[in-house]
Amino acid sequence: MTEHSRFRRVLPHVFLILAVMVILFPIWLVFTASTRTNAEILSAPMPISPGPHFLENYRRAILEGSANMGASALTMLKNSFIMAMGIAVGKIVVSLLAAYAIVFFDFKLRAFCFWSIFITLMLPVEVRIMPTYKVISDLGLLNTYAGLILPMVVSATAVFLFRQFFLSVPREIAEASQIDGAHAMQFFRRILVPMTRTPIAAMFVIQFIYGWNQYLWPLLITTKQEYYTLLIGINRMLQGADVLIEWQIVMATTMLALIPPALVVVVMQKQFIAGMTDTEK
Amino acid sequence: MAKQYEFRIKGLPYLLVLPQMVIVFIFFFWPAAQAIWQSFFLQDPFGGQYIFVGLENYQALFTDEASAYAQSFWVSVFFAVSVTVLAMSLSLFLAVQANKKIRAASFYKTMMIWPYAVATLIAGVLWLFMFNPNVGVVAWFLKHRLGYEWQHLLNTGQALTLLILAASWRQMSYNFVFFLAGLQSVPNDFIEAAAIDGAGPARRFWKIIFPILSPTTFYLLVMNLVYGFFETFPIVHQVTAGGPGKSTAILVYKVWRDGVVNLDLGGSSAQSVILMLMVIGLTIVQFRFIERRVNY
Repeated sequence: MTEHSRFRRVLPHVFLILAVMVILFPIWLVFTASTRTNAEILSAPMPISPGPHFLENYRRAILEGSANMGASALTMLKNSFIMAMGIAVGKIVVSLLAAYAIVFFDFKLRAFCFWSIFITLMLPVEVRIMPTYKVISDLGLLNTYAGLILPMVVSATAVFLFRQFFLSVPREIAEASQIDGAHAMQFFRRILVPMTRTPIAAMFVIQFIYGWNQYLWPLLITTKQEYYTLLIGINRMLQGADVLIEWQIVMATTMLALIPPALVVVVMQKQFIAGMTDTEK
Repeated sequence: MAKQYEFRIKGLPYLLVLPQMVIVFIFFFWPAAQAIWQSFFLQDPFGGQYIFVGLENYQALFTDEASAYAQSFWVSVFFAVSVTVLAMSLSLFLAVQANKKIRAASFYKTMMIWPYAVATLIAGVLWLFMFNPNVGVVAWFLKHRLGYEWQHLLNTGQALTLLILAASWRQMSYNFVFFLAGLQSVPNDFIEAAAIDGAGPARRFWKIIFPILSPTTFYLLVMNLVYGFFETFPIVHQVTAGGPGKSTAILVYKVWRDGVVNLDLGGSSAQSVILMLMVIGLTIVQFRFIERRVNY
């Protein structure tokens, strides 16, 4: 290409460094606050370099939690993890089975099933809050892991992604497995699922983050502290007057909520990008 | 085309789709039907008596001063459009920069992409912490260095600005991933040919790259509007709680508050139905467009 002046070479770096700073600054502040005492945070302006209270604050956040709430971050980490894993694994299993049926089997209600799944795209939790809450409460699933996970386990995007992939699998493989006397489920378990591991990994990254970051749903159905996820806990700790909030504990908890999904994205960046851009098609 | 090989086992396919269908019916269709049904009734929240009121719940939304539905609608539109414009234009610009052959490009890309992992609620907490009038570093700086008082709990303009900034900050990484993927698919030959013909960088961008990106842009346009309208509940709930007054109560926040806090089931259901129609509209736009793209 043409323009190679010094100015043109430096300019993109200037913009990108600015952007990275805008992205990192708020997180740096939260980290700083999580290593300071509450008095230091409340003394405006708060220092913007880390202090010496890292271990102390994180230990308290993890083992005790903030004084105005009483649920420890350890419990909430566990709940967030169970919810994220439950949603990710549940979605993948349920969607794999459904996609397998829709692609490889000829049955009467095939089109009906396909369209039913498709329509769920148009019904996010946000638009059916109250009635879904009522169903969960009628089923006695308030304050349970099943209540947190089950309604989130349906995913039209996962079904579409797996369907797309299954359609590209040569049918001769399925036919050959039949001639060899394998049952359809053996074909699924031993051949099809292992072949699908790349899309499965991509879906896992996306759905784990989706599950970890759910907010409205746990807000509705968890009223007991033992079932709070990290995000709900953070919201609860921030209620009330500013001076009564234990900012250093809240900020340590915020870091704990932020790190696991961030690690997943950074470590599995390739699968993550593939998963995101593939579901578009 | 010859018919594809298919398994012929009676019953098994039904067993395979059963988990999916059970969940779809219990947690999607049944509640959606309930929302539609309840939107025609008035329920006393304690006794559970239903009185059929026809379209009154809908009428009340638009005529009842106290419900302020129209205001909530326009705030949502303003909010969603602002987030869409801000998050999309910035991320397109940055994706173009990161797509250049520069050193440390992969570092920049990772740094731009990872905030996708940040929950919308956390984005709200981060921005709240910077702009909190008592402890926020940025709020302090604005007040003591620039003489600008930041009180987003009292000032509607500031409250909306803060929400838009937090929501856009979180959405940029999503857009960045798609714009970058789109840019990487632009054939280099086109650009070099244009450069040889004497087209400058701006001209090359608007005449060649931007048109090739148009499917991505359109897809993101819809996704960002959906995000702005429906997925930003946590930010509003955390940062402003709809305030000051009801001035930042966007539609999803309002449907939650009217239902869960004020226990107005009929009104909340009517709002749910309106939201459903909006999602359906956006989904149809999306799919019509994708169909057309596949065809040409």
